[in-house]
Amino acid sequence: MTVPLIEVRDLKKHFPAGRASVVHAVDGVSFTIGRGETLALVGESGCGKSTVGRTLLRLQDPTSGEIWLDGRRIDGLSPGVFRPMRRKMQVIFQDPFSSLDPRMKVSDILAEPIRNFGLAKSRRDLADRVSRSLDMVRLPGSSADRYPHQFSGGQRQRIAIARALAAEPELIVCDEAVSALDVSVKAKIVNLLADLQAGLGLGLLFISHDLAVVDAIAHRIAVMYLGRIVEQGTRRQVFAAPRHPYTQALLSAVPQPEPGAARRRILLSGEIPSPIDRPAGCHFHTRCPMAMPICRQTEPTPMTGTDGHYVSCHLEQSTNRT
Amino acid sequence: MAILEVEGLKVHFRTGAEAVRAVDDVSFSLVRGETLAIVGESGSGKSVTANAVMRLLPRAQTRVAGAIRFDGRDLMALPERSMAQLRGDRIGMVFQEPMTSLNPVLSIGTQITETLRRHKGLTMRAALDRAVEMLAAVGISEPGRRIAEYPHQLSGGMRQRVMIAIAICCDPDILIADEPTTALDVTIQAQILDLLAELKRRTGTSIIFITHDLGVVAEIADRILVMYAGRKIEESATSDLFEQPMHPYTRGLLASMPRLRGGSDAGPARLHEIPGLIPLQSFGAAGCNFAERCVRAEAVCRENSPPPLLVRPGHMSACHFSDIGTASS
Repeated sequence: MTVPLIEVRDLKKHFPAGRASVVHAVDGVSFTIGRGETLALVGESGCGKSTVGRTLLRLQDPTSGEIWLDGRRIDGLSPGVFRPMRRKMQVIFQDPFSSLDPRMKVSDILAEPIRNFGLAKSRRDLADRVSRSLDMVRLPGSSADRYPHQFSGGQRQRIAIARALAAEPELIVCDEAVSALDVSVKAKIVNLLADLQAGLGLGLLFISHDLAVVDAIAHRIAVMYLGRIVEQGTRRQVFAAPRHPYTQALLSAVPQPEPGAARRRILLSGEIPSPIDRPAGCHFHTRCPMAMPICRQTEPTPMTGTDGHYVSCHLEQSTNRT
Repeated sequence: MAILEVEGLKVHFRTGAEAVRAVDDVSFSLVRGETLAIVGESGSGKSVTANAVMRLLPRAQTRVAGAIRFDGRDLMALPERSMAQLRGDRIGMVFQEPMTSLNPVLSIGTQITETLRRHKGLTMRAALDRAVEMLAAVGISEPGRRIAEYPHQLSGGMRQRVMIAIAICCDPDILIADEPTTALDVTIQAQILDLLAELKRRTGTSIIFITHDLGVVAEIADRILVMYAGRKIEESATSDLFEQPMHPYTRGLLASMPRLRGGSDAGPARLHEIPGLIPLQSFGAAGCNFAERCVRAEAVCRENSPPPLLVRPGHMSACHFSDIGTASS
């Protein structure tokens, strides 16, 4: 079996919160991402999906767990040893207004990663690489001499993507990368990401709360709730035949542009509990429409079917899946 | 019976030497008890339209023209004092960001009772009772205890419920909701949409719902008005708009919207793209605002601004080729 591009094993990230309390932001998350593959990490605010991305990029250190990049374990590496490997993992954030330095010209924004990682052989090569990055995101070469404020939101997001590409990465973490964009702009950026992935064989960790966008771009999907993955599988498995009640509710809550379509919305009561003081048993039982007595007491054991479909729910045990 | 009639609304912003036509000749009416959605992308003028109705635009930099009639009264001619009496009483408003529209240093109770005492002249005691009742009505548990809490102690969904409670506590004729669920998670959005639908059923309040999300619109609206670059380009009943969109922009928007496919296909899906960018609405631009991006555009589109055409009863489209649209779809 080939080594995946990224492998994360039992990743935990806890933050201290005052005296004797701990925020369990990420609490035992495992997944892999292959080359040319998009894994979508979905869930609501505070579920820990962005923390997974930041920890994976080593923008913060994990509390425990393992992160493997290209068959090499990177979670314990010192900053000096890790630095050259950082090039392989780039990130695009939600807000292109705050993630681009307003005082830098686009050419300098794109040159920075090329210089940082010593990719250019000459000044000529540097200039070529800058214009190639602009080409890849379909921005005109004249953009190089302009400043971020001279661009629209969608164009700025293209600049952020060009910056990520300039480092010649193998993985790009897209943290709500299209969430702030208008519908017509969003479609273009999603298509661009898919094209780049196909052309360059990029792995994408696509962090998003927008399930409809995820449906368009993801190969596999992991659904998070209170720091844990409750369901994971192919797009088809998770979206066509969701098994976890949370996934089912989440999907049913997405407004669809079909008025009068017979809706069977599963309305969840209440809100996500605090990651400091999580409910006993299954963390979802306080909002789960199918909660049983056992859910209040015992944490479910995750089950992975022969098809690779991962579900963490007591209903799986009682239905005795094959 | 129309509770609100807007006719030929124009809003111009002056920024330095330039002037921007944010709203350009928009007319619509709101019938009692209906939900009208105003849909468009950033900069389409949908929020400016709502703020113009509420007369909340900064006077120094804006010029507003046209007629706004609320319950037979001309709002444009109303003195500011009378307008202030209408706001929050007969017309309630809910904004996108409950954290910035609630006052962080006042308790929830103070903010609701302030509205009730000012508009309804209730005593503190009566206002508090009513406030607790309202919090319960918008689905806040333990309203008696919550009323003493401050906005930062509440989650985003709870804050939006409080905003709605304030907006409807005086039984307004109209509730204007400007992207009220955009900042919320989907499961919370579902709760708020349900709440608004239930309130409408119970009180008969008319709602103007402003959003960029066509999925939300499909669920909540009776009628839809689509805006593009400051103009109203299409208007119709909700089901009609989704089944037979007439304007090329509306069609493009519907097609480019990512939607759940129920896991039908194996691979990722390609989304439809509308070529080009939204133009800036500066003065002197002749022709159709959408012509530059429109696949169907011809010479006439660049020369003349298309008038609103009634393509079917109750369905208006501002496109020179609306009728061609019918034939080809």
